[in-house]
Amino acid sequence: MEDNDMDGNSITRREFLKHAGAAAAALGAMASGCAPVKEGGVPGQEKPGEMTLRTNPASGDKVSLLGYGCMRWPMTEDGTVDQEAVNRLVDRAIESGVNYFDTAPVYCRGLSEKMTAAALSRHPRNSYFIATKLSNFSNWSKDNSVLMYRKSFENLMTDHIDYYLLHSVSGGTDKFNSRFMDNGMVDFLMKEREAGRIRNLGFSFHDDKECFDYVLSLHDKVHWDFVQIQLNYLDWKHPSAGPDAAYLYGELEKRGIPAVIMEPLLGGRLSKVPEHIAARLKGMEPQNSVASWAFRFAGTFPGVLTVLSGMTYMEHLEENIRTYSPLAPLDAEELAFLEETATLMKQYPTIPCNNCEYCMPCPYGIDIPSILLHYNKCVNEGNIATDTSDSGYRKARRAYLVGYDRAVPKIRQADHCIGCRKCVSMCPQKINIPWELHRIARYVENLKLQK
Amino acid sequence: MLKKTRKILAAAIFIAAMLLFLDFTGSIHRWLGWIAKIQFIPAVLAMNFGIVLLLVLLTLLFGRVYCSVICPLGIMQDIISWVHGRTRKRNRFRFSWSKAKNPLRYTVLALFVVASAAGALSVASLIEPYSAFGRIASNLFAPLYLWGNNLLAWFAEKAGSYAFYSSEVWFKGLATFAVAVVTFTAIFILAWKNGRTYCNTICPVGTILGAVSRFSLFKPVIDTEKCRNCGLCGRQCKASCINMKEHRIDYSRCVACFDCIGACNEGAISYRPIWKRHGKTSGPGNEEKTDAGRRAFVTSSAIVLSAAALKAQDMKVDGGLAVIQDRKAPSRMTPLKPAGSMSLRHFSDHCTACQLCVSVCPNHVLRPSSAIETLMQPEMSFEKGWCRPECTKCSEVCPSGPIVPVTVEEKSSIQTGHAVVVYENCVVNTDGVSCGNCARHCPSGAIMMVRSVPGDKDSLKIPAVDTERCIGCGACEYLCPARPYSAIYVEGHEVHRTI
Repeated sequence: MEDNDMDGNSITRREFLKHAGAAAAALGAMASGCAPVKEGGVPGQEKPGEMTLRTNPASGDKVSLLGYGCMRWPMTEDGTVDQEAVNRLVDRAIESGVNYFDTAPVYCRGLSEKMTAAALSRHPRNSYFIATKLSNFSNWSKDNSVLMYRKSFENLMTDHIDYYLLHSVSGGTDKFNSRFMDNGMVDFLMKEREAGRIRNLGFSFHDDKECFDYVLSLHDKVHWDFVQIQLNYLDWKHPSAGPDAAYLYGELEKRGIPAVIMEPLLGGRLSKVPEHIAARLKGMEPQNSVASWAFRFAGTFPGVLTVLSGMTYMEHLEENIRTYSPLAPLDAEELAFLEETATLMKQYPTIPCNNCEYCMPCPYGIDIPSILLHYNKCVNEGNIATDTSDSGYRKARRAYLVGYDRAVPKIRQADHCIGCRKCVSMCPQKINIPWELHRIARYVENLKLQK
Repeated sequence: MLKKTRKILAAAIFIAAMLLFLDFTGSIHRWLGWIAKIQFIPAVLAMNFGIVLLLVLLTLLFGRVYCSVICPLGIMQDIISWVHGRTRKRNRFRFSWSKAKNPLRYTVLALFVVASAAGALSVASLIEPYSAFGRIASNLFAPLYLWGNNLLAWFAEKAGSYAFYSSEVWFKGLATFAVAVVTFTAIFILAWKNGRTYCNTICPVGTILGAVSRFSLFKPVIDTEKCRNCGLCGRQCKASCINMKEHRIDYSRCVACFDCIGACNEGAISYRPIWKRHGKTSGPGNEEKTDAGRRAFVTSSAIVLSAAALKAQDMKVDGGLAVIQDRKAPSRMTPLKPAGSMSLRHFSDHCTACQLCVSVCPNHVLRPSSAIETLMQPEMSFEKGWCRPECTKCSEVCPSGPIVPVTVEEKSSIQTGHAVVVYENCVVNTDGVSCGNCARHCPSGAIMMVRSVPGDKDSLKIPAVDTERCIGCGACEYLCPARPYSAIYVEGHEVHRTI
């Protein structure tokens, strides 16, 4: 869940821009530092301007800067689809100019493609772009991979996929080769592209520099139409694993390959930040949410085609629409400010979990993301204490333990992790999950022992 | 004035005693734990002779004030009876004199003593007032309290507060629950109709204190010169012990509630020392027909005998999470008792099955037994948690001595049982994964991981237990991933040892 605020001086600021009669891109920098202009309207309720669009250099697609990540659709308590809510979100998104929808066969317990299609099919097919992926994680035989590819067409009720990705390049060049090259899948997909059933072919990336260089070196042969990378102001220079986003983006820019951005908000880690980081960002722009900084950062780079956000709630969608309608790019000073913020954030020992749930379901029933997120929450709120003589020990202990039982049922807590390591290869953020879980279990055990 | 004092004291003690069974955080017991410890039978069993002596002296001085002010079951009956009296004015005057049923009283008392001495304390405890109250409070009232708490916790969670936390409400044992329901129903009916019938026919404490209170120093006495034979006092006497025709009071049944004193418009009844006696009093009368109370208890024991089996509560699972099978309790050859119990024999000879430890156990380890010979007496099992090292709650609250107080340090060296590995269930063998969760969490380092194929360095590791170091805390059993039965479980020790 992303804790975006509802306030929106971005609007007021943009109204201001309109009055100044200048292009947003040119003046955004100037405006961002200005105090909002009182216009009598309720902040956040004024109509946003036009959504910023980016052009795909090869196809000429006009893609909305805000892309809809379909990995975090609202689900009901019992794990079934809340299609009505999905429809409302999609309708609102399309109405405000969002036209890029990024799904995958494995998202939302395998329901995302169908949910997304059910909502999209109520709109003309030429009013949006669909992106989906080859998620051949467990069985990458050609038969199985092709089956998965064809199944996507069926689920999406379409005869062409606008953007098709090799899902989550991760685990080294050997694995890349066996998943996509040796089994002939890339050749197959290139033929499909020629046949027009795939309009753009790319890949999403979560690996080391060596593998990135290798996959990009195939550009001459494959011609990647786009590449999906993780980019945000923390990963720009301080990634938790793998090459920094500055390198990834630079390499793509060099080759003129448009970048699709994932994890602009790190699964909410750039909206739920420690108090003094929030105060720092709010101090600069009191009316804008903490999250809006992250979205403006990702959108500032001209080679970015679209920025994906997995918006579960209407409020988040509305806020992101405001941030990008139109985008007010960051200037050099603001970029430096965010870089400084990133170094400050790095000092907090949070675990880089983005709640993507790729590790789930754990065969032994552990609720991995909830455990890690609760830990992060307590880190950010200053509720981690190891020494009973700390003045805040009792408060921190209670907050951790009571909150832990609320966040995770007892039988799914970290002390039940047996360390089978089945989750380790699944994590795109390269978190050593069992190690972290055992560490948290030890921490909790000590809290319980020391009243 | 006397009545008011009695009411205030009784209300305070009743609320405090009820809170003992409701408070799951264990924080109140430090302040109010003494209330359980001054109960008559628990004090006798704990060989707390100071307390027993005090209670006897109290009764010798003032009559059965114990029954009116200290016994929570007695106060509960007063409340029920009072509520009935409030429904209509007529109902307040629904009582009348009846003869004492002494053969029944003394037979029940004798049976109680014989059963307790013969090691069937758990059966005898069925009619023991304090533990009967405990079973009613913990089985019928505690769930309501917990649900209320959980609602508050739900609101607190929404408000981002940690002031309340929720606690699982689970069905701890059918037999004990049934006993509590039957006891409560019987007590309710008796109290609703005739006030203190239970106390003056069944209750062993009532019989004992009744025998003492006949000789008490202070007594309510009817002044025959002032009395106009209106009968108001007798019609308000919930103990039915005022013989209005003969102006006599049966002091073996009078619970010193002082209702009669206020009832008399002529001021003819007064509570005064024996040397200032004016009116006449009476000794006990004789038996009458058996009443519903005894029948109810006969029925209850019949139900108890037929009931069995603990049922684990269904656990909530989310769709995105692997389903976790319910854990089933292994059948243990020797039941597990908490540290401080010393031995099975010691435990069963002292436990009145009041459920106070069960209510207070924060790790949901204790639950009433369903075995006939130890019926309703608590035992440990590890489906919902394990007996954590920092906790000595049960030994702190236990009023009657089956669990003697132990410190955290002592507990860490008391062997209540030992772990046994069932290799066929171990996930290392069934799933071919590495695990070692039992060894990882063993607080006494009693579990070592050894090669599943001796000498083969590539084989996965399986647990082996050093029983000399094992204290039977159940961490391994609770945290074992094998389901429904753990691959490692704890067998109890008949006699607890110290490492």
